[in-house]
Amino acid sequence: MEDPKSRAARQFIDALPHCRDLGMSVVSVGEGEAVLEMPYDTRFVGDPKTGVIHGGAVSALMDTSGGAAVMCHPDTPAVTATLDLRIDYMRPATPGHAIRATATCYHITRSVAFVRAVATDNDTERPVATATGAFTVEASRKAKA
Amino acid sequence: MSARPEPVQMVKQRRDATLRALAEGIPYSNHLGIRFDRRGDELTAILTFDEKLIGNPMLPALHGGVTAAFLEVCAVIQLSWSYLWTDIESGRIDAAALTPETLPRLPKTIDFTVDYLRTGLPRDAYARARVNRSGRRYASVHVEGWQDNRGRPFAQGTGHFLMPRRSDG
Repeated sequence: MEDPKSRAARQFIDALPHCRDLGMSVVSVGEGEAVLEMPYDTRFVGDPKTGVIHGGAVSALMDTSGGAAVMCHPDTPAVTATLDLRIDYMRPATPGHAIRATATCYHITRSVAFVRAVATDNDTERPVATATGAFTVEASRKAKA
Repeated sequence: MSARPEPVQMVKQRRDATLRALAEGIPYSNHLGIRFDRRGDELTAILTFDEKLIGNPMLPALHGGVTAAFLEVCAVIQLSWSYLWTDIESGRIDAAALTPETLPRLPKTIDFTVDYLRTGLPRDAYARARVNRSGRRYASVHVEGWQDNRGRPFAQGTGHFLMPRRSDG
């Protein structure tokens, strides 16, 4: 059973136009961890000779899963924005297979949330890409009032 | 023998054909609607606004992933363009016959870092990349993206790339 925060995060992600455009779906969210999946689609290919998905599409998946991990962390308000995101591309994703990103918000302060994420395809033992990022933690409305 | 300068149309045609083959050879870049403007050897990437590029519809703002992809496409096209330039100009690569299928192999991204400086607004975006180092095996490229105001970039990125092996060794 999902807590209200995770449900809100899922609904938020599902409503983002670009995530819908890429066909992303939320596999699971909760307690600062989010798993998102993106199906294989020839429109998102980087190199037509190999049929491998473009790194940019993987970036979008990583960024979204990172944001979702922050949003569902127990210590954050519901909104966040990416400050920076670094992606390391380990190997080309296998054409024809979905890519799944698992993001973890492993540390959070009053201002910044730190995230790491890993993307895999059907071969879950060998990552396709990993990412690290910093996300904003919005000042709480309560403190202002 | 005095070498006459080439007619300007031929030069333009050759450069534009190469750029087209490069830029149109990436399905995902076409899907996002990225185009390139060329002035001499200087390239500017253009991302025409579209609703599907929106991340948060409440703000509304460009999706961070779109920004990252836009900068990465700009960086890799700029790097390929610089890398192919000599061969194109010397005629070693036949630009007229270039298609996405016959293009030489392109650099591969090793890593890419994006700094989000400002919210990406729901309007067109532009980017220019600078190849800071291009060796035989590795290259480092910096790229800046802006919208209304060139002096106020909304994002910047740095990437490292693995260069294709030169076929002639």
